[in-house]
Amino acid sequence: MQQTAIADQIEEELHDPHSFFTRYIWSQDHKVIAIQYSIVAIFVGLVALVLSGLMRLQLGFPDAFDFIDPSGYLQFVTMHGMIMVIYLLTALLLGGFGNYLIPLMVGARDMVFPYLNMLSFWTYLLSVIVLLTSFFVPGGPTGAGWTLYPPQAILPGTPGHDWGIILMLASLAIFIVAFTMGGLNYVTTVLQARTHGMTLMRMPLTIWGIFTATVLGLLAFPALLVSAIMMMLDKVIGTSFFMPALVSLGETLDYSGGSPILFQHLFWFFGHPEVYIVALPAFGMVSDVLATHARKSIFGYRMMVWAIVAIGGLSFVVWAHHMYVSGMHPAFGFFFATTTLIIAVPTALKVYNWVLTLWRGNIQLTVPMLFAIGFIFTFTHGGLTGLFLGNVTIDLPLSDTYFVVAHFHMVMGVSPIMVLFAAIYHWFPLISGKQLHVGLGKAHFWLTFLGTYAIYLPMHYLGFLGVPRRYFAMGGTDFIPESAQSLNAGITVAAIIVGLSQLIFIYNVIRTLRHGEPAGHNPWGATSLEWQTPDVPPRHGNWGEALPVVHRWAYDFSVPGAERDFIPQNQPEAKGHTA
Amino acid sequence: MKFFKTLGTKPWLDPTMVSTAGVAVAIDPLAAPRTALRFIMGMISVLFFLFIITFLSRSQYPDFQALAGQPWQPFTDPSRLWLNTTMLALSSLALQWGLWSARRNQVNRAVAGISAAVFFAVAFLVAQLELWRYLQSMGFYVSTNPANSYFYLLTAVHGLHVLGGLLVLTNVVFRVWYDGAMARLGGPLALCTHYWHFLLVVWLLLFALLTSRTETINRLAALCGF
Repeated sequence: MQQTAIADQIEEELHDPHSFFTRYIWSQDHKVIAIQYSIVAIFVGLVALVLSGLMRLQLGFPDAFDFIDPSGYLQFVTMHGMIMVIYLLTALLLGGFGNYLIPLMVGARDMVFPYLNMLSFWTYLLSVIVLLTSFFVPGGPTGAGWTLYPPQAILPGTPGHDWGIILMLASLAIFIVAFTMGGLNYVTTVLQARTHGMTLMRMPLTIWGIFTATVLGLLAFPALLVSAIMMMLDKVIGTSFFMPALVSLGETLDYSGGSPILFQHLFWFFGHPEVYIVALPAFGMVSDVLATHARKSIFGYRMMVWAIVAIGGLSFVVWAHHMYVSGMHPAFGFFFATTTLIIAVPTALKVYNWVLTLWRGNIQLTVPMLFAIGFIFTFTHGGLTGLFLGNVTIDLPLSDTYFVVAHFHMVMGVSPIMVLFAAIYHWFPLISGKQLHVGLGKAHFWLTFLGTYAIYLPMHYLGFLGVPRRYFAMGGTDFIPESAQSLNAGITVAAIIVGLSQLIFIYNVIRTLRHGEPAGHNPWGATSLEWQTPDVPPRHGNWGEALPVVHRWAYDFSVPGAERDFIPQNQPEAKGHTA
Repeated sequence: MKFFKTLGTKPWLDPTMVSTAGVAVAIDPLAAPRTALRFIMGMISVLFFLFIITFLSRSQYPDFQALAGQPWQPFTDPSRLWLNTTMLALSSLALQWGLWSARRNQVNRAVAGISAAVFFAVAFLVAQLELWRYLQSMGFYVSTNPANSYFYLLTAVHGLHVLGGLLVLTNVVFRVWYDGAMARLGGPLALCTHYWHFLLVVWLLLFALLTSRTETINRLAALCGF
């Protein structure tokens, strides 16, 4: 195969940091930017976690807490959803792990546009600040639900309809600018800055996942930008892109003839690829963690790459399965149900391949491995309920119930979080040079894994009963038995335990950074390039004198006849084989 | 079909399959910016594609009144728009001329070409603003009709992209200038020129769409299934 594009980077283009300020604050080093991204993302993620705790308190013990009123509840729902999906998961997976791992795993010294990369982080921080500002403006943040459907999102009666929604739309637009600057870096670095011998089909699956997700993001985020701009104009200068002629609070408004459904199409044209923008990097990272800790090559590498690319392509033609109840044409629903079932095929292939990677592997039950195996469980469960909801006839009665909430939390809440923890425990020795405490890690895993099941498994039953989501309180509703309330109380207790158990993780990180044992060089015996740097943690420029040269793929584990049970990607042929 | 060939390789079979160690690979400093530019143009295409799709969908609601077709509508006589289009086209031509000159190391002509391109691009932006004033003086405000809203919105988004291009072009020229490496101007200038032509094509599409009569818009919308 022709080596297409290798750009060896020129030494003088590396902006060597000289002061504390340029090294840690205005840094152009991809590793520092990755950590900055991660810290901000985890911080807003914790805010969103607290918001979900407040929601659960109200649902589990209605009327017991005076400080949660109906508008507050809707605002918590909205901000929790938006922060978790966009500002935590997208930012942490691509801005955090994408930034850290891409140059190291493809053997580059840095991203190809370091300055743009730095701008990307600061723009992201601005978007987070604008978003959090909405908690402190008159009327509070928007309570329109994370989907921000018009016309209600910008009309009186919805909390935060005056300032909250404007700040939300502005923050999203700023985030998209930040993502674009970062995303251009990720794709260009993968395509143009790979080291000698690193062909596309020798890249670790992590890079394939991040790369494909970034391409999806670059093509899908414009849809969110278009809808945000048009909704902003509807709100601020009274155009009628999405706003129909309507009477609000007894008053005829100036809007005429717009189409709220148009917004839904635009939103989900972004929204469904967004699911895979989060899922594909997670798929990639979990593949590498599983292979490394099972000491076995990933099963069906080519099939895994094809599945990632196929899922990426198909994710653009399934969006309207979020809109079965919008009143669209039934034939339309049939089309989207079909594509939705088709996308399950490559996804299921990936699950089989993960399981077959474990099959007869030399499984090391380390903390990252526990989280990775936990992911296979949670993702399979979430994926299977997706097959239910993908069918129009089953979706109609289950739409807007807790079944949907349970489904998407299993598939794109818990599952990516499992992978994120697997990734943090796996790469922490590289990032900090220290090994996280194993006992605390295992406690964290079991509480999180079993706890999330205790939250979301009962939620499916609430959905079957027809309990609607996003309701502040049920009041006296005949078709909902009283036992549903006991179930809700139980879920709340589990949620609070899971929330608090994250403190174990935070304690573990702080404790390790202060007094942790040095992890040493390549503690997991991994093959991929990021573990082969001359220094741990890698220094500015990553590779010391010379760039590594890649001689093999990233999955040479337990090769018969080799000296060790792994052969690093940069090890030439002769040393690997004794025979 | 190189992509499919790439996806067909079996990296685990032969570790020495691609032995590039020691092989000198020609380094093209513009490879990365070129890739990035392709992605940028891809994104901008998606952006305008989505705007246009929503335009066609929105046009099928009864309150939509196209901006051309009837004598009282502003673009039944699109001569003002032709004027603006000419300016943008001249800007593109001038930049192309500048690029050719830069490639032949004729620095003065290159600078003249770039300056003319900047002048015409700024003139285009001013003329677009003037067009807005003209529309408003005729009572075609942003929110009076969805067709008006789309006109202001699309011209604004396109104008912002022209403005962004101007900033990048200025940056490129001054960086090369201060480095004293005018001989290397050709490469980055070629990328700017691509972007310029791309924005001209986008503008021509928008021009055609925004000045279409109701029947044309309806036919396009029907083609898209609205």
